Amino acid sequence: MYDEPALESKVTNKDIKIAARNVQVFYGDTHAIKDVNVEIQDKTVTAFIGPSGCGKSTFLRCLNRMNDTIDICRVEGDILLDSEDIYDKRVDPVQLRAKVGMVFQKPNPFPKSIYDNVAYGPRIHGLAKNKADLDEIVEKSLRRGAIWDEVKDRLHAPGTGLSGGQQQRLCIARAVATEPEVLLMDEPCSALDPIATGQVEELIDELRDSYSVVIVTHSMQQAARVSQKTAFFHLGNLVEYGETSQIFTNPVDSRTESYITGRIG
Amino acid sequence: MPNLWILIIIGVVAVMGFVGARQRALSSGQGDIRNLHSLPSFYGTNAMLAGLIPSLVVLALWTAFQPLVIQSSVTHIIEADQELSDGQLSLAMTDVRRIATGLELAIESGRLDLDEVMDMRADVTDVRPLLGEMGVAVGSDVTPRDLDAAQRFVAMAQTGNLLKTVLVIALSVLGTAFAFVRTSAVFRARIAVERVTMALLIAAASIAILTTVGIVLSMIVNTVEFFRLYPATDFFFGTRWNGTSQLGVLPLLWGTLYISVIALIVAVPIGLFAAIYLSEYASPAVRSFAKPALEVLAGIPTIVYGLFALLTVGPFLLRVFGSGGTFGVDWMSGATAVITAGVVMGIMLIPFVSSLSDDIINAVPQAMRDGSLGLGATPSETIKQVVMPAALPGIVGAILLAASRAIGETMIVVLGAGAAARLSMNPFEAMTTVTTRIVSQLTGDADFTSAQALVAFALGMTLFVITLALNVFALYIVRKYREQYD
Repeated sequence: MYDEPALESKVTNKDIKIAARNVQVFYGDTHAIKDVNVEIQDKTVTAFIGPSGCGKSTFLRCLNRMNDTIDICRVEGDILLDSEDIYDKRVDPVQLRAKVGMVFQKPNPFPKSIYDNVAYGPRIHGLAKNKADLDEIVEKSLRRGAIWDEVKDRLHAPGTGLSGGQQQRLCIARAVATEPEVLLMDEPCSALDPIATGQVEELIDELRDSYSVVIVTHSMQQAARVSQKTAFFHLGNLVEYGETSQIFTNPVDSRTESYITGRIG
Repeated sequence: MPNLWILIIIGVVAVMGFVGARQRALSSGQGDIRNLHSLPSFYGTNAMLAGLIPSLVVLALWTAFQPLVIQSSVTHIIEADQELSDGQLSLAMTDVRRIATGLELAIESGRLDLDEVMDMRADVTDVRPLLGEMGVAVGSDVTPRDLDAAQRFVAMAQTGNLLKTVLVIALSVLGTAFAFVRTSAVFRARIAVERVTMALLIAAASIAILTTVGIVLSMIVNTVEFFRLYPATDFFFGTRWNGTSQLGVLPLLWGTLYISVIALIVAVPIGLFAAIYLSEYASPAVRSFAKPALEVLAGIPTIVYGLFALLTVGPFLLRVFGSGGTFGVDWMSGATAVITAGVVMGIMLIPFVSSLSDDIINAVPQAMRDGSLGLGATPSETIKQVVMPAALPGIVGAILLAASRAIGETMIVVLGAGAAARLSMNPFEAMTTVTTRIVSQLTGDADFTSAQALVAFALGMTLFVITLALNVFALYIVRKYREQYD
């Protein structure tokens, strides 16, 4: 993560992967995220839920500094990845993003072939030693993205020619191909039909074995199905954070209960 | 009656029509506009347009065609007298027109009335001093034939003007009255006005298109005329051009393409890199200053670029590449050369390429960049591998549009490239292009019916076909690209 390689602390199962302390985000004069503290565990699926405009996507984008590309956005507070501040001056956002991959709300395959889409990350990070190696990474990633069987005969067809659900699974495969430690997913299923959604959810469950996954979703059923931890955001505040089962069955805050039962949102 | 007065009258009729029809509509709706089909102003506009449009169209057409009709009719009188060559005829007609102008002035100032003018006879009255009084000087004594023709001229113009005035005002009044009578609560004035608006817009569009068609047709006619005088094979495949007997197009096309290629070699990388900087790296503050600043270059007239080529760039290149120059090579003998014109034309094209490319790069969805950056790609990797491939078809289109501008450019070449038509690979030699030869063939005192002058139309046609093909190709590529993301 640092420009100079640093010794990394050993990570045991259920370690804290990302810790956010007093995070504030401003868009110009708008205070979008207010004083958020959260600890995201390794090898766990964490779901961010909340009504539209509550800041959950904004907060997600802080975790790999994608907000850097927005000129008027300002982030305050500390976000620690493996106990190191990702907003430190010495951190190269490019290397950070290689470690913290991201899947976006709308499928965004590059205007390249399916193969080149998946090989894009490994190529720029030099993960493959030779062509055979790269072929293997591409196949493995496409299998993890649950799309291999559909595209194995047309790897060199353009990725933009796939259907919406296939495109999103291609984007997940593309993100997985760079071997990130954390995978951020911003409403990855909002453009998918129930069958593709089911496939992606299964995939998320498998990814939990190797990564920490953070998923933003509008579907509370989805949050309940795939996540172990859930964070409820409301009007830029983190209202409640805890075990998914506890949040959905026995919420502490009345706002959480109102949202989950459909009274606010 | 002068046109100004006619215009004022139909204007007044139109305003009266507007106010009247509006009132009539209101009263037919018992004063409540909810009883009307359209808003009252639509009824007014309808009446106004019904009077204005036909009368204005007739006025414009009549004013345009009356002189032509009179001219051809008067020409017959003169030609009936004796056979004249084109030149003599046009001289005689000029005299007739001057005399007619003098006579008209005399009538206007009240010196004579129309009957007196018509009764005038050249052998009885001395017309020349009379015309002199009116401020019209005539070279020689007025012959009976000329006076006859001039009288005919004046008579026809008088009748024509009277007819025009009556017809135009009648149309204006009748049109307005018709619309006024039709005005009632159930009349669908809004739809009528909308239809007229659409017709006006269609008329504007067709004028532009018809003009293009007219230009092309006139070029084709003259080109065909040229090929009657000069063999087409010699024109298209001739390798020599001297402007008089040898009219081979190849050296000119070669000069055109050579200069254009050098211009693109200068403009494309600089323009493209500037566009990438502006759209991907520049902060909004820099961008808001730099983009207009770059586009100022596009506003400089090309003749100024020509001066820049002649006085600054040419001598500079000569100092560098000429004998005794910086590099000690003797490649360049004069300031005007292909390289001079090419470099300056390239500078002219930079804003063209950069501003088109900038728009195209901005049209690449942000999601593409996010996807690439989210995978840990650097900004330059993102541009090289994702943004550029996505924008490439559009950029190719922009370059082709720039190329067609380079091919059609004239002033920079006139001043920067010299006038010698030659087929040579040396960029430090003077060469010439199709456009500059068109200028020089037509600005001399050559007869417009000779091959030397008509060749300009064949050259123009060749150029037109080349740039048209480039533009069509560019637009095809740009359009294909647009479909991808919209």
